Amino acid sequence: MLEDKDRIFTNLYGLHDWRLEEAKKRGAWNGTKDLMAMGRDWVIQQVKDSGLRGRGGAGFPTGLKWSFMPKEVGERPHYLVVNADESEPGTCKDREMMRHDPHLFIEGCLIASFAMQAHVCYIYIRGEYVDERNTLQAAIDEAYAAGLLGKNAAGSGWDFDLYVHHGAGAYICGEETALLESLEGKKGQPRLKPPFPAGAGVYGCPTTVNNVESIAVVPTILRRGADWFRKFGRENNHGTKVYCISGHVNRPCNVEEAMSIPLKQLIDKHCGGVKGGWENLKAVIPGGSSVPCLPKDICDDILMDFDALRDARSGLGTAAVIVMDQSTDIVRAISRISYFYKHESCGQCTPCREGTGWMWRVLERMAIGDATTEEIDKLLEVSTQIEGHTICALGDAAAWPVQGLIRHFRGEIEERINSYRNDRPHVAVAAAE
Amino acid sequence: MSDTRVIKVNNREIEVPSNLTLLQACEAAGEEIPRFCYHERLSVAGNCRMCLIEVKGGPPKPVASCAQNVKDLRPGPEGAPPELFTNTPMVKKAREGVMEFLLINHPLDCPICDQGGECDLQDQAMAYGRDGSRYEENKRAVEEKHMGPLIKTIMTRCIQCTRCVRFATEIAGVDDLGLVNRGENAEITTYLEKAVESELTGNLIDVCPVGALTSKPYAFNARPWELRKTESVDAMDAVGSNIRVDARGREVLRILPVLHEGINEEWIADKSRFVWDGLRRQRLDKPYVRKDGKLVPASWDEALSLVAEKLKAAPKEKVAALAGDLVPAEAVKALKDLMGEIGSPNMDCRQDFAKVGEGDRRNYLFNTGIANLEQADAILLIGTNPRAEAPMINARIRKTWLNNLDVKIGLIGEQKDLSYDYDYLGAGTDTLSSLAKGEGAFYEALKAAKNPVVIVGMGALAREDGAAILNAAAQLADSVGAVRGDWNGFNVLHNAAGRVGALDLGFLPGEGGRDFAGILDGCEAREIDFVYNLGADEFDARRLAGAFVVYQGSHGDNGARHADVIFPAAAYTEQSGIFVNTEGRAQMANRACFPPGDAREDWAIIRALSGRIGKALPYDDMFALRQAMIAEVPSLGRIDQVGGAEDRFDASAAGAAGSLSSEPFVSATADYYLTNPIARASKTMAECSAVMNGAAKVAAE
Repeated sequence: MLEDKDRIFTNLYGLHDWRLEEAKKRGAWNGTKDLMAMGRDWVIQQVKDSGLRGRGGAGFPTGLKWSFMPKEVGERPHYLVVNADESEPGTCKDREMMRHDPHLFIEGCLIASFAMQAHVCYIYIRGEYVDERNTLQAAIDEAYAAGLLGKNAAGSGWDFDLYVHHGAGAYICGEETALLESLEGKKGQPRLKPPFPAGAGVYGCPTTVNNVESIAVVPTILRRGADWFRKFGRENNHGTKVYCISGHVNRPCNVEEAMSIPLKQLIDKHCGGVKGGWENLKAVIPGGSSVPCLPKDICDDILMDFDALRDARSGLGTAAVIVMDQSTDIVRAISRISYFYKHESCGQCTPCREGTGWMWRVLERMAIGDATTEEIDKLLEVSTQIEGHTICALGDAAAWPVQGLIRHFRGEIEERINSYRNDRPHVAVAAAE
Repeated sequence: MSDTRVIKVNNREIEVPSNLTLLQACEAAGEEIPRFCYHERLSVAGNCRMCLIEVKGGPPKPVASCAQNVKDLRPGPEGAPPELFTNTPMVKKAREGVMEFLLINHPLDCPICDQGGECDLQDQAMAYGRDGSRYEENKRAVEEKHMGPLIKTIMTRCIQCTRCVRFATEIAGVDDLGLVNRGENAEITTYLEKAVESELTGNLIDVCPVGALTSKPYAFNARPWELRKTESVDAMDAVGSNIRVDARGREVLRILPVLHEGINEEWIADKSRFVWDGLRRQRLDKPYVRKDGKLVPASWDEALSLVAEKLKAAPKEKVAALAGDLVPAEAVKALKDLMGEIGSPNMDCRQDFAKVGEGDRRNYLFNTGIANLEQADAILLIGTNPRAEAPMINARIRKTWLNNLDVKIGLIGEQKDLSYDYDYLGAGTDTLSSLAKGEGAFYEALKAAKNPVVIVGMGALAREDGAAILNAAAQLADSVGAVRGDWNGFNVLHNAAGRVGALDLGFLPGEGGRDFAGILDGCEAREIDFVYNLGADEFDARRLAGAFVVYQGSHGDNGARHADVIFPAAAYTEQSGIFVNTEGRAQMANRACFPPGDAREDWAIIRALSGRIGKALPYDDMFALRQAMIAEVPSLGRIDQVGGAEDRFDASAAGAAGSLSSEPFVSATADYYLTNPIARASKTMAECSAVMNGAAKVAAE
């Protein structure tokens, strides 16, 4: 279990003041100038050594991503864009960081931008996060007033401007290239890759897009050293992570914990356990609505990190743990998630535009049992026809929950279909045709 | 440019330029890749996902081949060439899946769809789809959109490929189309339910791979396999767009573009495409003779006898001939020869009184060439609105402007929306004079340009001081270095399809002859007794009243109304003939169907008349006529060729130096949709004109 002294986000719960003075007492902006004086190569190497993997869901090594930026600034300026469009159902970690610990985050923006030679950073914040934006903007204004941003930011000699851009509440704008489109004032639809943002991102300039958490942990990693961060978690899955646990637990919460913590321990220690006890657990969605759910028998001893969950054919995603107990209608739950993806599909490419609606409609019927058992295989195949065939990962995100459902709860669907049909012999014949 | 890479497509090695997309590379290797959103002249959208292929060594998922370049392929182990596959189970499954998704919300109303038989979705569903649908839910329906008088929409059929949006924004340069909403509610719309304000909208029908956007005038008229297809040349403007005329029986049912990189690429303008209903209305299908002030039907024999009698009676210096805008070169040649036999020098083909056509051919040609406009880096437009006068040339200028951020475009004349940004320099000759003197920033821009271009339109030439303006413009072009051995940036933009051919043939006043204005004046002064009007309609024909007027043409328009005898003739789709476009490119138009009733081919009528007056022209068929014509003007025989002149163009000899009046230039084309008798007879063109010009709608009663 993570000890209090190893927590990065010491004000995650908003028990203290978020303002600059108080944040400084908690360690933010401590020696920023000195960290930057170590040079950008050192910063990037430290981040690489720390083993930090992107906290936005895909888990791409952050230091490696930063090193993709051109070594020298050419004709076009570099940009850092922070993805604060936190819209994944179940996820609410960035929100807490932005409203309770904004200065850690702002400091991270400065250091990361410096490491990538960007003089400008944009924070693209989710449309619904109005309060968070106000707090963040107030914190940025404070930082400007204190000389921590702007010309010669924090006395480092680096000129740096930080802007907050408000989204309009579209889930797809959390996809990095759609976010860039939206930031440019266009319709939020993902771009084709290549070119990758590091080559041609916002306004066609080299850009790195990072999650809020990935940026916010950087100053602390640099202050306490890569080795400190590295000592948490298993090989290849290092550091601390903010988990968002919701659903059928006694005390839903956000909590910063070490990577690779067993799921059962996470729930029992921090959330007061599953409602009705561990045996009452039915399934867990371990990483936000887009990853496949896991049944109880896997949850018993699964570790919460990228590799373990991938091996269990799920994913860590944003570490938004959605716990469902035996009272849950799992088919209905996945059908609701499917509706979400149907609703949020941008409509650009065919498989996702057409397939998400198809899956949702079939699932709606399955939720009441009005389907045939052959349709389960059809649904699975439709989901594989979407997965991997789209421009962005929303297609995958829409397919995975359905695949998880069929993989682990096929029996439940069949049972429901059969009982529906047994109740209505006349309908059963019609549906079978 | 010579950068190539060796890749393997389906285990076959091939070397391709590395800037190709994977789709193009596979095609180069002879593999067909299905696609919907990809169009080689539009930006890449990559959204239909039909072109998925397998790339070895890449991620374990198919790759959209339209969206990746060969140069982005990673080589295999030990530098082995990257491998692409288009025939693996993964690719087959991916295609089937995408096709299934495309069809689940498609209405499958092929039996009542006008795209049937030439539908990409239909064809590819047959070739790459699975045999049936597994979709059992309700299908989506989409509200109809209004897109003006030319485009019929059935938006439920739309597959959201966004080709139309990209065409409108990129090629046509209008932001009227877009994709709104999200997910399965995404719709293509004109936002405000209005017509797409462009003269290239017909191409939306061609780019649409399904039956969502179809031709409104052609709706429910025919199936493609019923049509007789004839490749020909358009006569609606002087661009000479290549077209395909689709006819059934005696009727032209539609006109489509034919690829010609040098002229129209694969687009055509709306007038060229939709004018066909004008080929049926207001037709002259039998000869007419004026009796007691009224035109009454007559037989050919009667009409020819009467004309021959009048012609024989008229003194030769009192005979005149006019040639119109839609006349093929053969007819002009025949009429010119007839006038030669008679011995009259009074003839002219410039019914707009343009002061152009003397001397070197290059004095009146679009010398740069349409395709070469793409190399221009400074373009000066003088007295022209290319968007109305030659939409395909305007589209080419827009392409140049899109591809080259540094291109400078200046305009002297009427300030209109040309679909690209330009510097408005002034309204008339004052601006031209100061430019010619080397004043102003735009002169510097032209001077600094590597390939400057000066385009003079009929708005500047069809006026009293036209020759002086032509001279000034040519001198300007010369002084900024636009006239070199390897580049001739001096251009005259014509509006009439038949004009350059007639000028090449020298259908101009002979020694001591009267020009167009002179002939009209002569008629009013009773100094001209006999006028042979070969299809000229764009002038005040009432001024011919003093003479005996023979009108030969296809439509009962302005010219026919004021004639004493009418010879019904074939329209441009009904006879074989050579048209020379504004570049000086001779092209052969072909007969797609026969002329209606007793109407005959233009040259044959003149030949028949020549026999009646005992001065039979020395050719009995089209072949002999063409031989004689090409012997006289060899350039007319060089089909589809431009240029040819070796010596340096002498700009000072273009036009004639003279004083310039300060009148502003007025565009020669007042209404794009109504520039000739065929267009004026077309209901579709009338609707377009009303919609685009905002004319008050007449209540239907």
